Order: sequence, then C-alpha cells, then structure tokens
Amino acid sequence: MQINFEDERPIFVQIADGIEDAILTGAFEESGQIPSITELSVSYKINPATALKGISILVDDGIIFKKRGVGMFVAPGAVSRLRGKRKELFFDHYIKKLIEEAKKLGITHEEILGMVERGYTE
Amino acid sequence: MNGIQINDVTKTFGDTLALNQVSLTFEPHKIHGLLGRNGAGKSTLLNIITNRLFADNGTVTIDGLSGTENDHAQGMIYLMSEKNLYPESMTCNEAFKWTKQFFKDFDLDYALNLARQFKLDPKKKIQSLSTGYNSIFKIITALSVNTPYVLFDEPVLGLDANHREMFYRLLIEKYSNNPFTAIISTHLIEEIANLLEYVIIIKNGEILVNESCEALLSKGYSVTGTINQVDTFVKDKEVIGEDVLGGLKTATVIGSINKSTLPDGIEIANLDLQKLFIKLTNEE
Repeated sequence: MQINFEDERPIFVQIADGIEDAILTGAFEESGQIPSITELSVSYKINPATALKGISILVDDGIIFKKRGVGMFVAPGAVSRLRGKRKELFFDHYIKKLIEEAKKLGITHEEILGMVERGYTE
Repeated sequence: MNGIQINDVTKTFGDTLALNQVSLTFEPHKIHGLLGRNGAGKSTLLNIITNRLFADNGTVTIDGLSGTENDHAQGMIYLMSEKNLYPESMTCNEAFKWTKQFFKDFDLDYALNLARQFKLDPKKKIQSLSTGYNSIFKIITALSVNTPYVLFDEPVLGLDANHREMFYRLLIEKYSNNPFTAIISTHLIEEIANLLEYVIIIKNGEILVNESCEALLSKGYSVTGTINQVDTFVKDKEVIGEDVLGGLKTATVIGSINKSTLPDGIEIANLDLQKLFIKLTNEE
C-alpha cells in the first residue's frame, strides 16, 4: 500500500482504497485483523484523524468491523462485496479514461479491441 | 481543555512590529503547524505564550486561565526552543532529572528509552552535543514531558533524514496513544504537511491563514496548459501565483472547480501545502 501525495484523491480516500486493495489481493484476509489507527498513522506519517476517516469509510461500507478493545477486522464476505463495488466503478475509472486517451492519440476502435486481445494473450 | 487563546496580541522590538494584533486559538488535542518565513513572528508568538517574552498589548489564555506570570498555566506548557537554557556543564541525564523537578509528569524511563533509540549518550554534556544531537536531546525532552501543550520551535534543525523520520513517527505514536495539543513551527513543510490538522501561516507579524489543513488545501488548485489556454481559463478567477516554462504555464488558483467542464489541454492538480505556502508568502 502506497500513499501518493501528488494523487488527486485525498489521503483518507487513499488509505481506504489501499486497505480495499490489500483485502482484494488477500494480503488482509477475511475475519483477519488489520493494522490499528496508530500503526497506520505512524507508518504513513499522517495525522491519526486522517487514518480514522479512511477506516470509517470502510466501517460504514461494512468492509471492516471493530471489536472493542481488540482491534479492527475484515468482515466476512468483504471480498465479494468489494468486487461488486469495484466492477461498478470499472467502466468510469478505466474504460472512459482509456477511450479518452485513445481519442487523443488517434487510436481507432478496432485498434483498441486488438490491444485488449493482445493484453489477454501476453 | 479550552486550548490556547491569543487575543489581540501586539509586540514590537524597537521600530519593528513583530506581531500585529494577532488573535487565534490553538484547538485542544490537535496538531497545529505554525508556518512562516524567517522573521515572520513564529518564535515571538511561541515565546509570548510561554512568558519568555511579554506582549505590549493583548492577552494569552491557556485552558481559560491567564497565561501571564501564572505558574499553574505555564506548568501545562512545554516549549522546545532553539535557545538552550540549561547550565553549561550539565549532562543530558542531569537535565532530564532537572526537567522532572519542574514537570512532574516527565517520564524519565521513556526519555532514556528514546535516548537509546536515537543513540544519544545521556552522560554527555549538553554543550558538547552537535547541532543535530542538540535537537535530538530537546526532542526527547519534549516527547517525555507529558504536558497537555507541547510547542516545538524548529524541532528538526540539523537532523538527518533518518532522525527526522524517527521524530515524526514518535510524535504520531505519542499523539495517537495519548492526544495532546501540539504546535510545530518548521520550515520543512512538505515533510510535516500530512501530520497537521490545523495550519496557521504568519506573514510579517499578521495571521494570513488559520484553518484546517484539509479545508485549506481544498480551496484551490493548480492549472497547467499553454500560456493562451491558461490565461483564458483563469481570466475571471483568483490567481495567487504563476510559473511559466517556455510555452507552458501553471497558475495557482483559489476557488472551486467543476472538473467535468474542463477545456481540452488543460490539466488540473491538487494544491500541496508547501507550494501554497510559497505562493502566499512570496514578497511581490
């Protein structure tokens, strides 16, 4: 997980997205414990309020749950819920940008489809 | 906890107006960045809060108590300053014990633990320490003193990158486990920007900015494109700075923006605290 200060996204969103990525790749397993607010703040050198704000997004989405006095854990079923959510965003985040850039470079519809095919075979 | 309130404070040194009718509040349990160019008035303000200097006018209250010549109020504040107020022959160990006499919550074990982490030999005399280790000694004291208010004036002066990183981590760890009110005056803005919850910028003895870091950075953006494109785009907008490189121009703009209606060829980037600081405090 990386925090990029040049990124358009605010840091608390990057924290939430980074934890989501870690859950999707299996680095944080369902029902497993995730780092505490203090650990997150210290390792990324950010204000604990920022880390808390990022975690709160995930708690509200039901991805993370808190056990009082114990810590924070990945909710069972988090992976499939995240996949669903990310799929919905896939078109806006990736396909629209891809087509925008392709238009800038004069890449045709057919050429893009060809590249996608190539991407799957390589 | 009511924080530290500065009400209408003015301070002059001879003909120099160091602080001009400054009013602001340092919120309790928050980390504040006190930023300003050399000579802007940062240290003067910190020294007035801690009674090392006295204001010509105005008042300082700490948790609602008058801060002027009030031992109880002053006992809640620790200032880590550039000046060394320890007797010349004192060792770090002796200085730690001495600090404990004045600040009853000073944690000697923690201080010695930090000294080990920073590889500071506590048997050394303070006067014999290098600039970097002098800062380290003062950082250790400030992090161990456990007062509700801790003021850091140039804490990382002379520290190498590894030691600066250690300081930031220790500060967050300490703050996260046991929140206190921190005021940090520094020139290394980029390194500390994400630690700050509130930002105060002083320019020529006056408060230029006083708000949450997040609100401040969301107030503007920078826009890059060809000179023509940028000039057209910013025509009716508040521009606080411009840089030109060949035919390319970047303008720093205050205001909100609708990202879905951007003209072609124009690129938008978020503001960062250091760039914003430089634009706001440049002398025209």
